Amino acid sequence: MENRKTIRKWVWVWDFDKEEEWLNEMAMNGWVLESVGLCTYNFVRCEPGEYSVRLEMHPYDESYLAFMRETGAEYVGRMMLWIYFRKKTADGPFDLFSDIDSKISHLDRIGKMLAAVGGANLVIGIANTLSPARLGWVNLLCATLLMYALGRIQGKKEALEKERRLHE
Amino acid sequence: MPDSLALTESTYYILLSLTQPQHGYGIMQQTEAMSKGRVRLAAGTLYGALNSLCEKGWIIQLPCDDGSRRKEYRLTERGKNVLRNEVSRLRELVDNGETILGRE
Repeated sequence: MENRKTIRKWVWVWDFDKEEEWLNEMAMNGWVLESVGLCTYNFVRCEPGEYSVRLEMHPYDESYLAFMRETGAEYVGRMMLWIYFRKKTADGPFDLFSDIDSKISHLDRIGKMLAAVGGANLVIGIANTLSPARLGWVNLLCATLLMYALGRIQGKKEALEKERRLHE
Repeated sequence: MPDSLALTESTYYILLSLTQPQHGYGIMQQTEAMSKGRVRLAAGTLYGALNSLCEKGWIIQLPCDDGSRRKEYRLTERGKNVLRNEVSRLRELVDNGETILGRE
């Protein structure tokens, strides 16, 4: 029986929660994430339900990783600005965010990143459209997609903000 | 932001855990114990909150001298005042609630 497998998969940034759900389903079925690459997920066999997996967008920060390890989480890897963690379910429930405020600030981080990259593509796209190279449409397409992603993230954030008007 | 705004539940329990020096995991355990398992601080939430509370000067990070990489934190005098104000605010809420609904 194979003990390792690799799945290639494209995930849109606004589906990060679905990605996390999928990784936990994999763990439920006895495959836990071992490392990540560009659109690549490497799994290793585990007992079904042995691990919970979490991911978040967080800039590189060694002291954060140390802090996470201290709380019993294992750092699996990173792809771009996304970090992946896992923790044995026997060691207790595993969540990265336990209140609405910190969920909102996580979405804020994602939104700021999308706005920055999207804005840069817009500027480069306009500059390139005016230049003889005429490759500006590529950047403009990227900018459009990134702005769409920003809208989706913003939508999630607004739903949480509405919730926060009544609850903490 | 003024110091007098209502605290979130997470902030309240983090501050309350830091009357004694404590590291991150200790804060999580203490909060869970104090609230009898009701409030569980997640690591990402706690990390963000500790950084903001340090910036506000309500807690400080203690210099770690024993070579361990675990950072310890402690409440400052200012933080203690915030906590005292919060306790009287909460008392007002509870008193009013009990007066109107009757003590059960």
